[in-house]
Amino acid sequence: MNYRSNVWTPFTTLVIKEFNRFIRIWVQTVLPPGIMMALYFAIFGKLIGERIGEMDGYAYIDFIVPGLILMAVITNSYANVVSSFYQAKFGRYIEEILVSPVPNWVILAGYVGGGVARGMVVGVLVTIVAMFFTDLQVHNYLVTLLVFFLTSVLFSLGGFINAVYAKNFDDIAIVPTFVLTPLTYLGGIFYSIQLLPDFWQTASLANPILYMVNAFRYGLIGISDINIMWAFVIILFFITVLASFSMRLLNKGVGLRS
Amino acid sequence: MPALQITNLSKTYRNGPQALKGIDLTVESGDFFALLGPNGAGKSTAIGIICSLVNKSDGKVEVFGNDLDNDLLGVKRHIGLVPQEFNFNQFEPVIEILINQAGYYGIERSDAAQRAEKRLKQLNLWEKRNTIARNLSGGMKRRLMIARALVHDPRLLILDEPTAGVDIEIRMSMWEFLRKINEEGTTIILTTHYLEEAENLCRNIAIIDNGMIIENSSINVLLERLQQEIFVLDIDTAVSEAPAIEGYSVTLRNAQSLQVTVDKASGLTRLFCALAEQNIEVLSLRNKQNRLEQLFFEMTRESRSPVEESAE
Repeated sequence: MNYRSNVWTPFTTLVIKEFNRFIRIWVQTVLPPGIMMALYFAIFGKLIGERIGEMDGYAYIDFIVPGLILMAVITNSYANVVSSFYQAKFGRYIEEILVSPVPNWVILAGYVGGGVARGMVVGVLVTIVAMFFTDLQVHNYLVTLLVFFLTSVLFSLGGFINAVYAKNFDDIAIVPTFVLTPLTYLGGIFYSIQLLPDFWQTASLANPILYMVNAFRYGLIGISDINIMWAFVIILFFITVLASFSMRLLNKGVGLRS
Repeated sequence: MPALQITNLSKTYRNGPQALKGIDLTVESGDFFALLGPNGAGKSTAIGIICSLVNKSDGKVEVFGNDLDNDLLGVKRHIGLVPQEFNFNQFEPVIEILINQAGYYGIERSDAAQRAEKRLKQLNLWEKRNTIARNLSGGMKRRLMIARALVHDPRLLILDEPTAGVDIEIRMSMWEFLRKINEEGTTIILTTHYLEEAENLCRNIAIIDNGMIIENSSINVLLERLQQEIFVLDIDTAVSEAPAIEGYSVTLRNAQSLQVTVDKASGLTRLFCALAEQNIEVLSLRNKQNRLEQLFFEMTRESRSPVEESAE
């Protein structure tokens, strides 16, 4: 047995399986964010946005496009892993993987890979949709792609932890509805935190999504409310924490082994 | 080297009963081994531990010399598991289920596709390769799980009630297939509630009851312990009462059917002679109860609840 058969083949098998899964049900997974974002761009970007005017010196639609793209990446990366892993538990076909000689970190990487794949597919689709509404420019490709990828990894890990603890289908809806969506909306997608009173500006800094949205906005149009380096430090910090915690759950078999 | 060596294995579930109470078990390489026991006896817990789906509380498990504690991945590579309940993605095509399973064992997709084809053909599922799994019949789903468990050519195949709910024809063809792969060298451990299945297929047997192994020997040695057998005889002439035959206990089931309890030492020849002397010709003969079933029933009698007892 070598690295290829121990690690690479099981990893690619998991990612391909996950990719095929969400593509098979593309009407539920890929199409809705495309339609939803088209509505956001049309209503908030064009209809309302033109009355709002400029934000930080940019047309309102140009200001909100980066955040909306990243919001689609966040929700879809999270949703893919939480639903897929929980359904595998619920249908007991997670046992296919648990009885196989797949190291735990490869299981985690495979599911995160699936989440990132969906985040990427949806992110690209939403970007294409955005191009119908505005001339999209990229200020810094490296920052854009890194934030895009790392944010997707981070929220895939979040979805994994949610799925491990979930005991029913309600449990996989609670975090996205009551935690993820509010944090995303309050993460500076639609406004610059400079508009907020001092207290709320400071409070907003506790929201990690703010850093990701601003870093991504910097990558696309070159403006940010926060220091880009801080954004990367925070993203990498949360990835490290969530990945370590996920591995601990897998090694202990929480929710998987009795 | 034994295929499976279990030493002092115990399992206590959190806030639950002690499912296994320090069992010892050895299954030799190449064996066709039956693990029997009533519901809740600990069979599935033992299998779960061997396949690392259940964490053990204490004890040692070795599969072909690989220790579960020190070489988990090595243990997993040797095992193919056919669980009691369907545990595949019901929305995936049949062939994808097999190719993915092979991938988890490090088999490249091109090789996996060939292996999947071989196993699906062996189990008469090739025509259904592109069918979504939930559209298969119950028997096909059972065979799919066997094909999946074999796609990486395991040395030890564990089947947890593989023929539950399948019709007799499919069951027979599955028996034939399992015999064949056992002859080719795969060690098989089988749990089943069809004791006829265990008697027909297996060479050695362990009976687990209340978390303990209460019997572990060859099927032949076990069957030798049977002191009496009960036969049902269909006869050509209607009789109004059971004929009296010395040394045999004969009762009337109906006018053309007798039930005879035969001591092992008495044999059947004298019974047939005595019936012939009374002008009763035997048309057919069958065991009233499967022999292993009779022994199993006696051995596990103590652990059965009064409800089960009265129902039987």
